[in-house]
Amino acid sequence: MIGQAIGGRQAVIMHYASLAVLALITLMPIWVMVSTGFKNDVLVQQKEPVWFFFVPTLGNYEYIMTRGNFDVYLWNSIIVGTLSTFFTLLFGGFCAYALARTEFRGRVLVANSTLLVRMVPPAVLAVPAFAMVVNFGLNNDLAVLTFFYTALNLPFAIWLLFGFFKQIPVELEEAAIIDGATPLQVYFRVLLPLMKSGYAVAGIFTFRIAWNEFILALLLTGRKTRTLPVGASGFITDTGVEWGRIMAMGTLIVIPPLIFTFFAARQIIAGMTAGAVKG
Amino acid sequence: MSIRALSPYFFILPAVAIMVAGLVYPVLQAFYLSLYDWKIGTKFEDAPFVGIRHFIRMVSDENVHESVWVTLRFGFWTITIEMFLGVALALLLEKPIRGASLFRTIFILPLMISPVVVGLIWRYLFDARIGWINYYLGKVGIEPQVWLGNADLAFFAIVFTDIWQWTPFIFIIVIAGLQALPSEILEASKIDGANWWQHILFVKLPMIRSILLIALLLRLIDVFRALEVMYILTGGGPGRATELLSLHIYNRAFETQQLGYASAISVLLILIVFALSFGILVAGNPLKEKSDI
Repeated sequence: MIGQAIGGRQAVIMHYASLAVLALITLMPIWVMVSTGFKNDVLVQQKEPVWFFFVPTLGNYEYIMTRGNFDVYLWNSIIVGTLSTFFTLLFGGFCAYALARTEFRGRVLVANSTLLVRMVPPAVLAVPAFAMVVNFGLNNDLAVLTFFYTALNLPFAIWLLFGFFKQIPVELEEAAIIDGATPLQVYFRVLLPLMKSGYAVAGIFTFRIAWNEFILALLLTGRKTRTLPVGASGFITDTGVEWGRIMAMGTLIVIPPLIFTFFAARQIIAGMTAGAVKG
Repeated sequence: MSIRALSPYFFILPAVAIMVAGLVYPVLQAFYLSLYDWKIGTKFEDAPFVGIRHFIRMVSDENVHESVWVTLRFGFWTITIEMFLGVALALLLEKPIRGASLFRTIFILPLMISPVVVGLIWRYLFDARIGWINYYLGKVGIEPQVWLGNADLAFFAIVFTDIWQWTPFIFIIVIAGLQALPSEILEASKIDGANWWQHILFVKLPMIRSILLIALLLRLIDVFRALEVMYILTGGGPGRATELLSLHIYNRAFETQQLGYASAISVLLILIVFALSFGILVAGNPLKEKSDI
């Protein structure tokens, strides 16, 4: 292959060089955001880009954290993210377990519809969700957002957890059942401890969607129930964008997904590719 | 029925109930709302029943046509370029090397961060006055452009942003597929004297075609679902130049306040997305098979 044509060593160097270029293209825009968040207004507004060498300021961070409702937005994001992740994992785990381990009437229907509803576009949910909220008087309630995020995340979580259940040998459960364990005991005592990595991956995907989601949050929240992405969009005004502040806010929003990515990249990639590569 | 026979239903019930209430019911509700002329700020009880009039209007509504056309063009350019770049890079760089995991970690970052943030970053970079892109183009003698204020340039901007965000996804999926290929077959083709091109065209690509098909369908569905990046980057403008179908529905519903008509367009979107999803079901639903996954 190429390696033989050019010579092994050069090929390896080319390989690394290409990957490095691609990595830089990927990282540059993210670095632009992070660095802009630490720049003062003069630097932000100047035409000539400054990549690295400037005196960083915490002014933007101080502003967004002390003015406005940053603490409220952060708290809302954490609550909605955590609760919807919890419910998705609990109920999604149940459902995946039943699909993976038992035969029952309607099983294929549930499996197929799960894949189908996974694709429902958020824009389609927008108007009916708005109608539900208006008609039932549920305006500005975090519970509504938590509910929709759980619904949106369940199909993918079930799909992912199904694969993990399939990898656990059935014998373990059979032994527990012979010992007289109920299905719930089998699930919580025998399987749960073995499913840790499955729950971790599904949890990361679920939390990330809830944490990042914007359009439903914009629609279903009010002044007191906004999440961080909605709060960030508030810095876009008719008179212009407050770039330093909005980039600082963007950097803060990116921190949790960034941490997940660096600690669980392998599992995330496995989750992303599972559908395509093994399907 | 014994308790044991009922227990599968007990286990699936909560998840199914939530998905029905949170996904299936809203979809049915969209069908229902599309039959009424409901405007924001008015009570739904007062909204007049209009039957299929919204659908008749949709057939000859140039704004809807334009938005579908923008979505198709957007899908064509982004997916063609992403598939081509992603597959080409994966074929060139598939060999396992030390440190590959670090690179892969970097490549999935654009997929992990919030679409709002992606939109913000590129809105800054494409800014006409202080944007970095204009500055560096100026260095090579190209006049500054009003990227997000000109129809063609704004369309280019959303395509460019999408390629930055999604090419790594194709790249990673294809690499995973290539590395999972059985080495015996690859060896056999080499022994048979296939050259590098033949090896790729006639051995490798056919073997990963189901992966390529599913990746293609997933991206296509995403194109019809996407709206957050464009909402922040351009808002769909100038005019309707970057208003993808999802964003069009949102703007119709909450900018021009026609909830009923927006629901009718939602029905169109649902039909398109479900048709594409059906393609994935045919190509292989992993939940269906009991044996191996």
